[in-house]
This record gives sequence, C-alpha cells and structure tokens, in this order.
Amino acid sequence: MQYFLTYLKVFAVGGLVCTIGQLLINKTKMTSARVLVTFLLAGAALEAVGLFRYIEDFGKAGITIPITGFGKSLAAGAIEGAKQGLYQACTGGLAAVAAGLSAAIAFGFVIALVSKSKPKGA
Amino acid sequence: MKKGRQTYILDGKVYISATASIAGVDEGNGRLRDFFDFVIDESEFGCKSHEKAEIKLRKHAIESLLQNASVEADEIDAIIGGDLLNQLVPSGFSAREFDAPFCGLYSACATFGQSLATGALLLGGGAKKVICCTSSHFATAERQYRFPLELGTQPPPTAQRTVTGVGCALLTSERPKNKCPKITSFTLGKVIDMGLNDPNNMGAAMAPATYETITTHLDERGVNADYYDLIVTGDLGKLGRELLCSMLGKKYGAVKDRINDCGCMVFKEIQKCGLGGSGAGCSSLVFCSYLYKTMLEGGLKRILLVPTGAMLSKDSSLQGESIPAIAHAVAIEM
Amino acid sequence: MDKKEYSELVEQTTPRTKEGKTLLFAFAIGGLICTIGQGVSDALAALIPSFDAKKIGALTGVVMIFLGSLLTGLGVYDKIGYYAGAGSVLPITGFANSVVSPAMEYNKEGIVFGLMAKMFSIAGPVIVSGVCASVLIGVIYYIIGLF
Repeated sequence: MQYFLTYLKVFAVGGLVCTIGQLLINKTKMTSARVLVTFLLAGAALEAVGLFRYIEDFGKAGITIPITGFGKSLAAGAIEGAKQGLYQACTGGLAAVAAGLSAAIAFGFVIALVSKSKPKGA
Repeated sequence: MKKGRQTYILDGKVYISATASIAGVDEGNGRLRDFFDFVIDESEFGCKSHEKAEIKLRKHAIESLLQNASVEADEIDAIIGGDLLNQLVPSGFSAREFDAPFCGLYSACATFGQSLATGALLLGGGAKKVICCTSSHFATAERQYRFPLELGTQPPPTAQRTVTGVGCALLTSERPKNKCPKITSFTLGKVIDMGLNDPNNMGAAMAPATYETITTHLDERGVNADYYDLIVTGDLGKLGRELLCSMLGKKYGAVKDRINDCGCMVFKEIQKCGLGGSGAGCSSLVFCSYLYKTMLEGGLKRILLVPTGAMLSKDSSLQGESIPAIAHAVAIEM
Repeated sequence: MDKKEYSELVEQTTPRTKEGKTLLFAFAIGGLICTIGQGVSDALAALIPSFDAKKIGALTGVVMIFLGSLLTGLGVYDKIGYYAGAGSVLPITGFANSVVSPAMEYNKEGIVFGLMAKMFSIAGPVIVSGVCASVLIGVIYYIIGLF
C-alpha cells in the first residue's frame, strides 16, 4: 500500500509536469528544445530558492525524471561547491551531472553509429 | 504572345506528349496508387542516404519518361526542373546521367509551374523536346526544413507532409501521333507576403499568392472561372484550399466544386498526413499521373494547374522573416 | 484584403489543436515514464545498498538515458512522441532522444563532421543554458556565503 501510494504520487506529479509542458507547446507553439530549456531553468531556479526539495519529497521521480531534475542537479552541485570556494562554485554544477551527460554522449555515440534514421509510414 | 502584364498566350504548339511518375511508399498507399507508373517499396530506394535516393528517383523517372515517349536522351534539347534541397542537389546530380543540356529552376513547391512555363518558352525559341521534372522527398525535406526523423515531436494541427515522388513531363513542339493535352497559356505569379510567419502553416501563407495569380490569369486571359473544368492548386492543403475558396467565392460566386488541390488528393484520411501533401514533387506527381491520364481519357478537358510555393528557409524563419509565397498558373487543354 | 484582415481570416479558419486529447496523452505517458524511473530508482537502491541517494539518483538518470537512446535507435521513440508530445519530451529520456536523433540523422556525413558535430544541434541549448545557470547560481551563493 505504501509503495502503491508513492507510485501514484510519482505518476501524478510527473504527469502534471508534462501536462504543463504540453500546455506551453499548445499555446505558444514552442519547439521541443525551447520547452526543455524552460523546464531545465525552472528546475534550477526552484532549487536555487530552496523550493525543489519540497516537491521532490512529495513527488520523487515525478519531478526528478523530467528535465527539471537535471536543472536541480546542476543548481544543487553549484550550491554545494560554493561552500568550498569560487572554483568549486563554478565547477560543481557540471560535476553533479557528469554521469548523466557522459551517458547521453557515450550511448548516443554508440547508438548513432549502429542505427539508421528512417521516415515512419504515414 | 504576351497579354497583359503577367500572362502569355501560346499560339505556337506546346504538346505534353508523355509523362512519367514515381511515388514513395506512403503516396503509393494513398488515393492515387493506380495512377502512378511505379511505386518504390522503401524510402531509401536501395541507396545509402535519402538524398541519394531522391537523385536515383529522378534518374529513374526521366529514364521511364524517355521510354514512354520512345525518345533517346540525345534528342532532348533541355532537361529543366528543380526540387527543394539546397543547391538543387537532386536535380543537378541526376542530370549528370543524361546527355542533354540542363537548367535548374527554383520556386519552392511552385517549381513545376515555373518549369512548364519555361519549357513552353524554350519551345517557342526553337527547341523541339524539353523535359520538365520536379521532385521532393519526405526525409530530405524534413532534414533540411525541420527536425531529425527520429526526434519525438508532435506535428501541429496545420502541418502538411512532404510528398515523396517525382513527376516529369515531355513537352514537344511537334504534334505526337496520339491526341494529347497542350499548354495554351500561362501566368507568372508575383511573390506575395501577407506577413504570416508560422512555418508549420504554409497553406495559409500561400493562399493569397494563389488567389492573386488565378484572378490575374482569368482577367488577363479574359475568361471566367467556369472556363476551366478544374482549377487545381499545388499544395495548399485543406486549410489553404478553404481560404482560397472563400477569397475566390467573393469574386466569382460558388467555385468550391471547381477547385481542388494536389496536396489534398494524394493521401487518404486515415494516413494521418495532417492537412495534406506538400513539396515540389506534389503537383508534378499528381499532374503527371492522375490529372494527365484523366485528361487523356477525356474526363477533364481544360484545367488550370497552379503550383504553389512558400519561399522560406529554416534560417529565414529563425531570423524572424515572414513567409513570402508564389504561384504560377499553367492552362492545360485537350 | 490587407494583411490584418487576412490574418484574422486565417485565425478563424485554422483548425485548433485537440487540447484535451494532447493533454491527456502528455499526462498519461509523462506520468508513466516517471513511474518507470521511480521503479528503476527503487530497484537500484535495493541492488546497490552502498550507494547514497545522490548516486542512486544519478544512476537512475543513466539508466533512463540508456532506455531513451535505445528506443530512439530502434526507431520507436518518435512514434511515442507523436502521441505523447511533452509527455515524452520533458522526461530525461526525451533529452536522450534529442541527443541521439540528430547524431543518427547525420551519421551519413561521417563520424566527425556528421555524427559528432551535429549531436548537440538540438540538445545544445539545454547544456549551455544549464551550465550558465549553474555557474551563476554557484557564484551568487559564493558571494552570499562571504558575508
């Protein structure tokens, strides 16, 4: 029951984030790259002002799996680094997302090497 | 003979003595499948890239046109035409396969109209046989104008789908053995920009230019809208066609049943191709298959073919430019 | 007809997005992808108890990015995107899709100038804006920390 409730919350929060994104696309004709940037910055801003953790406590993966989670990690890493010095304040963000970024580049490289893009049937 | 500012009446003889058409996979599953000469079974047509496939499509189409008309390549005075890609790569590269002069043309998706008009003028200047050929390919157009094929995006409700296909027509100054359609006049269109700037809504951007060209043609030629059995536009799609009909309706009364659009004719409703087909190959594919064959069989006597084009590029949209559009009208009669 | 009249006519005639349907699909598929992410995260936490929450979070991202890349390579992700819209763009799998799809598209132009050079032609803005924002936030926090 505990698990079920957690997953239900994740589903609801994740779905809600995506629905807001879809509303933006429908209303403003944004392209996907713009939507990604908007939500990334929103995630970073929420973390910077300290609000992200409340949403995360409630929605867990529902807010960290969307790109808002990526923005949160970038901001959190920088905030963490700022405690140690200016150098770490500047590098902390990228260090925090190093795993995800390396994965995207490495998987992307290998998969793009072996697969071919095809038009889908109408 | 020029009549008015934009219209040319051809008193000489310009016969469309043969056509050839090759359609893509989805077009082959569409409404006009029985009219195409050949339908490819995969988008790359055995090539390493879609650009190479478009070159090969054109080569095959021109070869089968020569075969249909029993003409050799060295009898051809010129191969003219174009496509949508930068530097007209498919047109120029396919022309290297033939021992004939080549002339690349561009009016975006209205290139087929420009080609027929230019071909008619070449015949007037003494040429005997001219091939007009335009093409487009969904995958090459997506890459150049939009996004990578595998990017998960949702098409907006006004989107159209670029037609994969080639249509080519042989214009001759000598009357062929069998009766065939003639080009009797044409009107060169002006570039019209109504300030629309949504690259996903090209039908609406092109409708005013189409209206302008059609009304100019009818005025300068001195005929009414019902002179033609069918006024067929290039790739306005459902929305563009509706806008055009409502504009023409104000001037000529109810004309809706006399107006159709090649883009609306290609795909079936269930194929989910948005508001219809588009592309430089759209009007040529439909004319060189369905319309030409219907004219030969006597189903249509006089048509006004009005290929329509939006002259945008990906960069012009990003720089905040609106979309200028063009349409050329070509009158084709039995 | 002048430009203003025409754009009003277009506005009236243009078909609207089926709002309800797109929102529903975005909600359902977006929610589902996040739920899968939560499942992956819980499984990883059970499998590797020595990792703290931060590392589990990063590793979950890696697994989801792998799934997104794989589905893109198999030619499935764009079909999901056709229905899901933002529901498949916003999750980290959508980020992977926007990295892999241009790399795949341009692999015909060679590995260096095609695949590698174009890999971030769509996701590039995400990296640039994200890194700039993180540096800005870091510097602001550092300055605040001085006082």
